Amino acid sequence: MQNTSLQFKKQVTIKLADVKLQDALSRLQSRFVEGRSAVISEIHDLQETRTAAAAIRDRVLNDLEHWLLHFEQQATTRGAIVHWAETGDDVNRIVAEIATQHGVKTAAKSKSMVSEECGLNDALELAGVAVMETDLGEYILQLAKEAPSHIVAPVVHKNKEEISDLFAEKHQLPRKTGIAELCREAREVLRPAFLNADMGISGANFLVAETGSVLIVTNEGNGRLVTTLPRVHVAITGIEKVVPTLEDVTTLLRLLPRSATGQSITNYVSVLTGNKNKEDHDGPQHFHIILLDNGRSSLIGGEMQEMLRCIRCGACMNHCPVYQNIGGHAYGWVYPGPMGSILTPLLGGLEKSPDLPNASTFCGACAVVCPVKIPLPDLLRKLREKQMQRGMKSRQETLMLKAWAWLALHPNMYALATKIGVRLMHTMGGKEKLLHTLPGASGWTDGRDFPAPSGQTFRELYQRRTHK
Amino acid sequence: MRVGLFVTCLVDSMRPRIGFATIKLLEAAGCEVVVPEQQTCCGQPGYNSGDRKSAVALALKFLAEFETLDYVVLPSGSCAGMIRLHYPDLFKDDPILLARITALGQRTYELTDFLVNVGQLKQVPGKFQGSLTYHDSCSGLRELNVYKQPRALLAKMPGVTIKEMLESTTCCGFGGTFSVKYGELSTRMADNKCQHIVATHAGAIVGGDLGCLLNIEGRLRRIGDHATRVLHVAEVLSGIDTDEVQ
Repeated sequence: MQNTSLQFKKQVTIKLADVKLQDALSRLQSRFVEGRSAVISEIHDLQETRTAAAAIRDRVLNDLEHWLLHFEQQATTRGAIVHWAETGDDVNRIVAEIATQHGVKTAAKSKSMVSEECGLNDALELAGVAVMETDLGEYILQLAKEAPSHIVAPVVHKNKEEISDLFAEKHQLPRKTGIAELCREAREVLRPAFLNADMGISGANFLVAETGSVLIVTNEGNGRLVTTLPRVHVAITGIEKVVPTLEDVTTLLRLLPRSATGQSITNYVSVLTGNKNKEDHDGPQHFHIILLDNGRSSLIGGEMQEMLRCIRCGACMNHCPVYQNIGGHAYGWVYPGPMGSILTPLLGGLEKSPDLPNASTFCGACAVVCPVKIPLPDLLRKLREKQMQRGMKSRQETLMLKAWAWLALHPNMYALATKIGVRLMHTMGGKEKLLHTLPGASGWTDGRDFPAPSGQTFRELYQRRTHK
Repeated sequence: MRVGLFVTCLVDSMRPRIGFATIKLLEAAGCEVVVPEQQTCCGQPGYNSGDRKSAVALALKFLAEFETLDYVVLPSGSCAGMIRLHYPDLFKDDPILLARITALGQRTYELTDFLVNVGQLKQVPGKFQGSLTYHDSCSGLRELNVYKQPRALLAKMPGVTIKEMLESTTCCGFGGTFSVKYGELSTRMADNKCQHIVATHAGAIVGGDLGCLLNIEGRLRRIGDHATRVLHVAEVLSGIDTDEVQ
């Protein structure tokens, strides 16, 4: 997927003015924030569980090569074929080759954000494979030719009316308005796609090293159809998704659905191990697993490694006041919200997304809810430090910071500068005691006044008081 | 007990009476208040903008000025969080300085946290009459667990009625330089906060961090609300809430 995060500021303006989007976002909070809050308390030892989950992820990341090779060996023993892809293009090439090898004309796909990284659908269409998204949200987006705006609820930016219009137009059927009717219509359209598909494509929530299994966590049931009905199953995921044991997965599964959708457990947890054996009644004849690096391995052993703990629950964006106000598309790539503001620069280049690490107030709401305790604000700050080191900050900002630091280290000059500054601001404030404009800070005063200071600094007043 | 007051750069310049309010409250709790005269800024603006070097220099300055005191108190959760939680990160490669800065950090408190948990203030001197709503600033809340402390102190004031707003713990959009760099977004966040404040019909919005309060006041005034008072919790608790009584 094309990275357009250089447009972030422009997008913010557009998104803040988008009435339909704002209406859709206003429901995000009740659905996901309150949803999580209602069930997370079921975990009585929540903090210990988060710590344990972080430790499981760290254990893997600290020895990633070992666990990946272990996974490959176990998966291969059980009849799967493991492919290694360095880039998104490599993934696309491998899937196209598998399609050619097995004479695949149609593919049914369940949700995979990693495939969005690769731009897989477009690549497969070019290779002559018709791809149908079968996750309801992703299906809607495929019809609308839009990208997901959330990693768990991809269509959260659309309201029901838009979907009614879209279905009526694309399905050429009478317009439906009820949610149940709309879902039924989608099922009827999708059912033949499952049955006719030569290839099923899925993502993976976890890769289980001890059994070589691909584990997916879903609600709609399309994941099961996609991974069992077609004769070829291709699972695509990032190399960091490996977990040592099924026991480890159970710890992570206590946290994942609760953090993501406010569910104690999802409708389906599928553990897919190997291809169809002679004694099996169903399952794919050919099972391919593609593991994508796309820059992830470069984070191993470095100061940003903690980001790879991420289990893609989306809680950080659900709780982020920035995401809550602009939605996911403004971020310009696959992953939005706090985790995206870190992953996008790390995987796609800091120079291509200079705004993302800065577009945070460091309110810390994300870090509090992260099930694997990723210190998201700290990682954002580290990216800002990299920008400073590489001279990527604007001249004005660098100068201001240097001037402030110099003053703060020279108390007498600081006293003089603040003394003059507050007098000036006090006068500018006038009778109203409000500044309507501030030179160099129109970002503040375009939408807010600045309350004028009283005209003398604490330092002055305190000295006068103590030396009376 | 000798308590150092770190007044913070914003209070020093923008609303000095909060500094005097803090002194009054600390003295009411029986503390001897010391105000090192060369103090300036904790270094958070640089630190959060990626300028680690200046933050290190200012952390060392803070250490030199406050290390001999029993406690350090700040009328700001944000600056107190900087000292307690982030200063140690600046010295992680220097075990001796790390130990000193961590020890001082452990003795550094946000004002209401100190008054409740260390100073154990019994009687609150302020005489505020009316209803107020409380905004929980992010750093105090999430870094220092400041939530019950200001409410406990306000509950000691018979004239005060607290009307809780919706989403009192959601960020107001200040975020230091964020408020200027991403002004439009910051303004929207401030506006959401103001809607919740206005909906309570409280006479005052009170909080523990001046940055957030300037942001909230700035938005309230711009949307034409000149009636709701915007006060630091120290002003309410001390009774020093106008420049005249100073």
